[in-house]
Amino acid sequence: MKYVSPRQVIFPGDPVATSDESVEGAVYIDEGKYRASSIGLVEFRDNKIVVVPLEGSYRPKPGDVVIGYVTDVLASGWEVDVRAPLAAWLPVNEATAKYIDLEKTSLTSLLNVGDAVIAAVKDVDLTDEFPVMLTLREGERLGKIESGLVVELSPVKVPRVIGKKGTMITTISELGCDVIVGQNGRIWAKCPGPEAELALLQVIEKIDRESHVAGLTDRVRALIERYKGGGSARP
Amino acid sequence: MKQPPVPLLVEGRRADGRAPDQMRDVRISVGVISNADGSAMVSYGNTTAVAAVYGPREMHPRHLSLPDKAVMRVRYHMAPFSTKDERKNPAPSRREIEISKVLREALEPAIFLEQFPRSRIDVFVEIVQADGSTRVASLTAASLALADAGVPMRDLVIGVSVGLVNGVVVLDLNGLEDNYGEGDMPVGYMPNLGRITLLQLDGAWSRDRFAEAVKLAVKGAEYVYGKAREALKAKYFEIAEEVAK
Amino acid sequence: MASISPYGKRFISYIRQSQIRRLVGSGVRIDGRTPHQLRDVSIRTNVVNTADGSAEALLGKTRVVAGVKVGLGQPFPDTPDEGVLIVNAEILPHASPYSEIGPPDETAIELARVVDRGIRHSGFVDFKKLAIDQNKVYVLWVDLYVLNDDGNLVDAANLAALAALRSTMLPSAVKDEAGVKLDRNNKTALPSDLSKAPIAVSIGKIDSRIIVDPNLEEELSLDGRITITIAQDSIVSMQKTAGYFTEQELWQAVDLAYSIRDKLRDVLLKSLV
Repeated sequence: MKYVSPRQVIFPGDPVATSDESVEGAVYIDEGKYRASSIGLVEFRDNKIVVVPLEGSYRPKPGDVVIGYVTDVLASGWEVDVRAPLAAWLPVNEATAKYIDLEKTSLTSLLNVGDAVIAAVKDVDLTDEFPVMLTLREGERLGKIESGLVVELSPVKVPRVIGKKGTMITTISELGCDVIVGQNGRIWAKCPGPEAELALLQVIEKIDRESHVAGLTDRVRALIERYKGGGSARP
Repeated sequence: MKQPPVPLLVEGRRADGRAPDQMRDVRISVGVISNADGSAMVSYGNTTAVAAVYGPREMHPRHLSLPDKAVMRVRYHMAPFSTKDERKNPAPSRREIEISKVLREALEPAIFLEQFPRSRIDVFVEIVQADGSTRVASLTAASLALADAGVPMRDLVIGVSVGLVNGVVVLDLNGLEDNYGEGDMPVGYMPNLGRITLLQLDGAWSRDRFAEAVKLAVKGAEYVYGKAREALKAKYFEIAEEVAK
Repeated sequence: MASISPYGKRFISYIRQSQIRRLVGSGVRIDGRTPHQLRDVSIRTNVVNTADGSAEALLGKTRVVAGVKVGLGQPFPDTPDEGVLIVNAEILPHASPYSEIGPPDETAIELARVVDRGIRHSGFVDFKKLAIDQNKVYVLWVDLYVLNDDGNLVDAANLAALAALRSTMLPSAVKDEAGVKLDRNNKTALPSDLSKAPIAVSIGKIDSRIIVDPNLEEELSLDGRITITIAQDSIVSMQKTAGYFTEQELWQAVDLAYSIRDKLRDVLLKSLV
């Protein structure tokens, strides 16, 4: 038995369905019932109920592409803030294939505090002092960010930036920006000009705020059409 | 027995005009502190609690982290200007230390702490204005702030107080009733799961009065829960309305 | 200062915890007791002769000494005609491998405050008789010393406090030009009413089974814990600590607390003969 309807906003503890139904997402089972474990949006996807969380933090897993900020230089690597509840670091041998003589080379010449990197999560090991290990070597387009911009949105909204079968990101690409979406809710972009950049920021904010209101893709498309039609995105 | 400055109950009406089973005006807003991962402000009449949640985030110092679940840190604190009479010394009192513990133990059963080993979830509650029932207003604010932060949880935990005034069980004690009543029972309740996670009591309660008090607390919590849901919804509905324009 | 989820050596292995659960599920406990059975209780009074009143309570291996010192002080402004009770608890570094040197932590503070509330609201001590004059009253300092923690500190500390107060001899108050002084050579019994003694009963829940007097290992495995303090026919204090209770479980706990209260009260009364 289902207790929810499509596009309903639900809250922690709300009953979703009996445990014989097929339910996924931000739910848990208690005494034979699926209940919401987070503020969430109900979606029905081919006979399945999905509770999409509307709030929440980033949980790192191997393979994730993330955008991080270097916060400290360690003996053999860098501490990196990736918005995770666990400490993350980039070892020097994961930053470069070149041999680095730590006696002679200062790590700050490679990356310094305040630098931004696009990295992949290589491993999550809770027994390590820095449980999240990052790499710049195992993936495409990883490395230090030299130009462009970084914008943040809630990590739980990242799937909406991509969209079903990539529809949203395809729509966004019409702005002409080069975009890399970090799973940790940080997005790097390099746009052809300030108007496109401003439009992109508006699109990301729209996705962050309005993802629970039906017709998001249409509204984003309208915004982009206005930009392309020469209408200024400036307020 | 201490003599109250005004009668607490006259012909079924309380000093502030309420019926015994009536809450004060309940005002709730969610997302009041933009820097926090989650936040809420809850007022029961003249009592106002502001809660902010940070986390789950890295645990410092690291050796205090737990291998199998998140550490939860709760601070209940009263602002020096929150009291009616003298300035409250801002140093944490024994009372505040105990309430912090009781609140932590009221929230922990609701949170999936095991999903965040080696991490920490911080809950800070500040009483900016005190007129009785501060710990239960704090609990409601804290659980809403946790929900607002998207911390996975089983249910909200709603706090209400019940008291004994002239032998009558009353809901939501104000400061006057707290000072001069015969008993006080703060309760924390998960409205969907029917679980009591905070329960303290003092005074002198017969078994029947106690049973009556629990029923009234549950009824009160359900009422406040309705207000809490409205406050949570407001955030999303306001955006939806704005979009529709 | 904030309250932090406990950490450090306060630890129980999962295998031990699941053993405790399994056993309780089949109606026995890890130390051989039945769910509603107390450990051996014993109370001795006058264990410290420098104190004005003292007692030691043993609940299984849990051992708490309570010492009472009587002093003079000013009444609280809201109770100008009553004496003052101050309860303090110290969980000594001796008490267990996880207790540390330092000022009372939140567990000790809570312990003291729960015992304090029971005594305060029960009428056990007649505080009105502890007023000396307009702004001088007796101050009862009750210090609870936990020497060994094998669980259920509250029930043991509460019994120790009651027995210590019951054995307390009040130094007489002498007035002269210099003011009021205590004369420790001239003492009378502290006015108290044993029929109003507040008895603290701690109840634990494992899965949905209710147990009494949890030992330390059980405390580390509980899904819910509540202390219910009863004086005469009234509940005078409650404190839920770990976990949660449904309403149903709560009624069970309260019923059980009333019957366990009778047993603990009998032990207390016998020890005070």
